[in-house]
Amino acid sequence: MYEIRIHSRGGQGGVTAARLLADAAFRGGKYATASPFYGAERRGAPVVDFVRINDRPIRIYSQIEHPDLVVVLDPSIMDAVDILQGLKKGGSIVINSPKPLEIPRHPVFHVDLTGIAIAQNLVVAGSPVLDTPLLGALAKMGFVSLDAALAAIRDMFSDERNIKAAEIAFRELNL
Amino acid sequence: MHLIATGNKGVAEAVLQAQPDVVAAYPITPQTEIVEQIAAFISEKRLDCQYIPVESEHSAMAACIGASATGARTFTATSSHGLLYMHEMLHWAAGARVPVVMANVNRALGPGWNVWAEHTDAFSQRDTGWLQVFASTVQEVYDTMLMAFRIAEDEKVLLPMMVNLDGFSLSHTMQPMEKIETGTFIPPFSLPHAIDTLHPVAYGPLTGPDEYFRFRADMERSMRSSRLVIRDTEAEFARLFGRTYRETEEYQVEDADVLLVAMGTFGKEAEVAVDKLRKEGIKAGSLRVRWFRPFPRLDLAGRDIVVIDRGYSFGFGGVLSMSIRATSRAEPYSVIAGLGGQEVTYHDMADFVRDRKPGKEYWFGVKDDV
Repeated sequence: MYEIRIHSRGGQGGVTAARLLADAAFRGGKYATASPFYGAERRGAPVVDFVRINDRPIRIYSQIEHPDLVVVLDPSIMDAVDILQGLKKGGSIVINSPKPLEIPRHPVFHVDLTGIAIAQNLVVAGSPVLDTPLLGALAKMGFVSLDAALAAIRDMFSDERNIKAAEIAFRELNL
Repeated sequence: MHLIATGNKGVAEAVLQAQPDVVAAYPITPQTEIVEQIAAFISEKRLDCQYIPVESEHSAMAACIGASATGARTFTATSSHGLLYMHEMLHWAAGARVPVVMANVNRALGPGWNVWAEHTDAFSQRDTGWLQVFASTVQEVYDTMLMAFRIAEDEKVLLPMMVNLDGFSLSHTMQPMEKIETGTFIPPFSLPHAIDTLHPVAYGPLTGPDEYFRFRADMERSMRSSRLVIRDTEAEFARLFGRTYRETEEYQVEDADVLLVAMGTFGKEAEVAVDKLRKEGIKAGSLRVRWFRPFPRLDLAGRDIVVIDRGYSFGFGGVLSMSIRATSRAEPYSVIAGLGGQEVTYHDMADFVRDRKPGKEYWFGVKDDV
């Protein structure tokens, strides 16, 4: 079983990212669940989403204690939240950032999701869309195939800019 | 056809296929996306249905009762305080013998305000005469919703039915789900006592002490015959669609010395605890109670029983554990855990089994004795 925790702020698309990832994993023949952890919901508050991917049906509903991968959609969240909490030894981190970031004992990959979204004019209600390009980045990490990622995105969004952004993020993640 | 869906979506998709004539709902908190999705189906003209947005859950149920009494297939959805606000009308629906089908997203009750999973809302409706079932996966939510219309509307039942799903951990969790072609699985609804304006009769008149109890006895008669209808419907579902559901879901019970008993999503995660315990050499099994009303008859003799209860009857005990005690003469170790969304993992469940004290009660996370 592969367990992923996504850190974001309310309104940044963490729920949608989790859903897209689960959908793409399922299209690739895996079982998957995506569960948002709801707290006091408001725009801008730190939130987490959980995704589990497995070869067999998933029977666990409790929160992920020891993720294999942590995704950070908003680097400023690291001032407020310990994103390393419970992260497995040597577990990876994917961070939305234009520049590399060092975190001891963990491989850190970065991709400028915000920049990609703005360049594609993929902005909704003043916020750049981060969830669809993120899926491209995660496809590069090998969790899902790029084809499955794009199919999941197409199923939810008709705007082709989402596809474009995912493809760019796939290319740009510094793997 | 497969899709990734939340429990809420699972309910709405099944309701779409059941094609109700009337949906009445109060659309504001603590309501869920279920009724929002159904409203979208109607506006997209995928569902030809009268949608009545009402001013409260009490009115929602009253509208459902009126609609169902005309022979219309009727659905509503609610959650926590919304369900409690319906309480009077829930009794009325069962007494009037109208098979309204409802989805209830199980959430804790205030104060303090809490929107997370707990079963007290549904347990509080225990004696209303509603059939009650609890699901544990999105697929089961969808499948059970489909079966609900057929069971409730069966002439041998004609009692309303509530399908329960855990708040957030099932209502908002996305899982793969197979949508099926239901064909004739849900037969057309025909209410024998439907209002017929050409042949007017009185409904709900004064019923005196020499008659009233007969109607109550008749409700229990129907509740008892619902066991058979449920069994037949679940068997037919398995035959047609390949997924088997029973009163309880058993996992590794055959040679088990100790059984974990739970409902809803806890009942599914308990299977993972069983796997963990078996690796340690503890012969554990899991028994997930699906049906709460009618409550299953269980044979649990000769084993230790650990019940995880997500609802409590103050001054009495854990509702599930006391029900198990009453129907199976077992002396369960009663664990009160997961109230108001309290995090309980399969590691915790394995601990409950290891530390079991038959006949005792334990409040998970509470340091001092309760």
